[in-house]
Amino acid sequence: MATDGLHENETLASLKSEAESLKGKLEEERAKLHDVELHQVAERVEALGQFVMKTRRTLKGHGNKVLCMDWCKDKRRIVSSSQVRRICCVTGEREHAVTMPCTWVMACAYAPSGCAIACGGLDNKCSVYPLTFDKNENMAAKKKSVAMHTNYLSACSFTNSDMQILTASGDGTCALWDVESGQLLQSFHGHGADVLCLDLAPSETGNTFVSGGCDKKAMVWDMRSGQCVQAFETHESDINSVRYYPSGDAFASGSDDATCRLYDLRADREVAIYSKESIIFGASSVDFSLSGRLLFAGYNDYTINVWDVLKGARVSILFGHENRVSTLRVSPDGTAFCSGSWDHTLRVREIWA
Amino acid sequence: MAAGPAPSGGRARAQRLHLSKMERVVLSMQDPDQGVRMRSQRLLITVVPHAVTGGDVVEWLIQKFCISQEEALHLGTLLVQHGYIYPLRDPGILVLRQDETPYRFQTPYFWTSTLWPAAELDYAIYLAKKNMRKQGSLLDHEKERYDQLHKRINHAWDLVLMQAREQLRAAKQRRKGDRLVIACQEQTFWLVNRPPPGSPNVLEQGPELSCCAASPVQMTKSSDFYKQEIECCRKALGRARVKSSVCLEAYLQFSVQHRLHDPMLSGCLPGNPWITDSAAYWAVNSPTAAAPTKLRVERWAFSFQELLEDPVGRAHFMDFLRKEFSAENLSFWEACEELRYGGQAQVPALVDAVYQQFLAPGAAHWVNIDSRTMERTLEGLRQPHRYVLDDAQLHIYMLMKKDSYPRFLKSDLYKGLLAEAGIPLETKRRVFPFPRKPWHASPSPALLPPSGEPMVAGGPDGGDSVA
Repeated sequence: MATDGLHENETLASLKSEAESLKGKLEEERAKLHDVELHQVAERVEALGQFVMKTRRTLKGHGNKVLCMDWCKDKRRIVSSSQVRRICCVTGEREHAVTMPCTWVMACAYAPSGCAIACGGLDNKCSVYPLTFDKNENMAAKKKSVAMHTNYLSACSFTNSDMQILTASGDGTCALWDVESGQLLQSFHGHGADVLCLDLAPSETGNTFVSGGCDKKAMVWDMRSGQCVQAFETHESDINSVRYYPSGDAFASGSDDATCRLYDLRADREVAIYSKESIIFGASSVDFSLSGRLLFAGYNDYTINVWDVLKGARVSILFGHENRVSTLRVSPDGTAFCSGSWDHTLRVREIWA
Repeated sequence: MAAGPAPSGGRARAQRLHLSKMERVVLSMQDPDQGVRMRSQRLLITVVPHAVTGGDVVEWLIQKFCISQEEALHLGTLLVQHGYIYPLRDPGILVLRQDETPYRFQTPYFWTSTLWPAAELDYAIYLAKKNMRKQGSLLDHEKERYDQLHKRINHAWDLVLMQAREQLRAAKQRRKGDRLVIACQEQTFWLVNRPPPGSPNVLEQGPELSCCAASPVQMTKSSDFYKQEIECCRKALGRARVKSSVCLEAYLQFSVQHRLHDPMLSGCLPGNPWITDSAAYWAVNSPTAAAPTKLRVERWAFSFQELLEDPVGRAHFMDFLRKEFSAENLSFWEACEELRYGGQAQVPALVDAVYQQFLAPGAAHWVNIDSRTMERTLEGLRQPHRYVLDDAQLHIYMLMKKDSYPRFLKSDLYKGLLAEAGIPLETKRRVFPFPRKPWHASPSPALLPPSGEPMVAGGPDGGDSVA
């Protein structure tokens, strides 16, 4: 009926405006306790010196755009995925290579034990492959389809064990799965658009994780209840990457608006923006050094910018890739970082002051 | 959450943010006062006005953004590759040369964002014009594409040829200088939008991703979505917040505390494995190292979490707890972790095992939980799920953190470890290419027996040793 339609529209509109006004109030509340800026506090800290950095390994095995990579806990192995295949490589030698049935394998992750990897992409699934060195065994045969989404898989991560996987998808949801049975343990709804990235909190007691999406929101979730615990909406475009600060009290995000931002969870607000007028292209991936003092960010203009997290200034810009940097991770013990790019290569670099 | 068709909305539009930013840069470059120096450029017998040199472009970028020459050249090159600046000589190659090479700013009509996405029909007309102007002037890849287009839009081919002829006729009536410029502009546009094979395609955006959300223009979000947002906001309004000064101070402390442990800030001994090509650093810090380094032992004092995360630290802590007759606390905590992160099918069995071992009256390793938590836990055990022990686990964790952990740090055991712990000698960089143990030949975790024994890395390389 026509009147029903009208009523529904009014309700929708009033709900929307209520949401907007609450958000406004929330920003006001957050601002009340904001008594100092990060760079002011950071004045007491020594400035960082000049950095020397060198590429120590260039991995060319893919022959295709590299989309995602992850380190093994043994600190030296890497799994990486590409537009056509997924390869697990040792730094130097390629140990395994598996051909995926789908193109654009946008997510991959190493299991904590180092005995399996997970990946997925346009096939809307996340599959787990146990790693085997038996040449007679076909790795693809042992594959287990764990997660099923209704749109592409953008990110995946094992939790503290090989038995659970957290996924993020273009269908706007995140989900927690039991690897063995493929059972959905928990789903997380709340993003208004594709979810592009996630990161698990290094917290000692809780189980929370943060996700970022095309709705410009970064949301912190409680894994147990499936509820959104905190949400931040200050970016001006898609959030491509989120990563927790090593203490777990904050996280950084990289976005298509060419900025990286730091959000504090206890203060419940954005506390720093890392941007420069000359940086025009979006940031695709971010990660911290071990002490959290440095923030590495890979950009779509083929560069990697290194930021002083406390002082807010850029300390270094790294060239070398010949196409956009799509993925970047610091090694688990902080000795190096690896960047993957659409120029078909992965580069492992060490950097120190 | 409703989804509407958004072929060029949402994600695609967001990814073109950089284009509008580049356009702003290019516009300020053309500012009569603050912009790049313009001059007239002589090309053969024509004079083209409003030209700039590559060198001046780079110089301007350096000044405007306070960046290095390398970065300015990189940014300038991107501007050229996206077709916002084009070379007047050699218009077929989009490269920025930092010298007297003349360039010009692309007219907004031909900006990538203006004509997005470039139409097939227009490309066909462009190629047809090129073909008509001079027979055989189409490059190989252009001929191929021309033929493909002919097949694909055969029905509109008369229109294509007619348009081409018309545009050529109109062009003839312009001054030679203008004709040259327009030809350059058009060529640049097509170099960017239809790059020759082997050339980088700067406009490539990734896979065709069907966006799940409607563009902001269409309001098709359901009421459930907004209700959820409202709920989230209400909860957020009620949460306790901490002053910024306190939070930010914590970063400083964390950063200072961990500075020496960050290989990127303080190096690492015996040496960064990626520089020295020696796995000594990993061997010395392996999960089963018998003699932990001083830095490693110091780190256990930073927080209880750091102690537990290090297998060696945790083992020593367990030893300490045994002396205090409270080892069952740590075992209980570990069992709870196993439950939380274990397989779904194992949940009932694990819960039962934990109950039998730690919670049942007279259990072998009975843990001391306050009565209220114990009551709640036992109640929850009727319907076991992976989080059923959360309360108990948290209680025990806090007990260890507030009580046992501080005592551990003051204990003789810990002090002894600290005193014994050494600082590895720095590896000398190998001067001669002696055959070295390639560290990437370390056994893959996937090769280990399923007993779960952590990887035992080889001993320190060469003559390196812990002091």
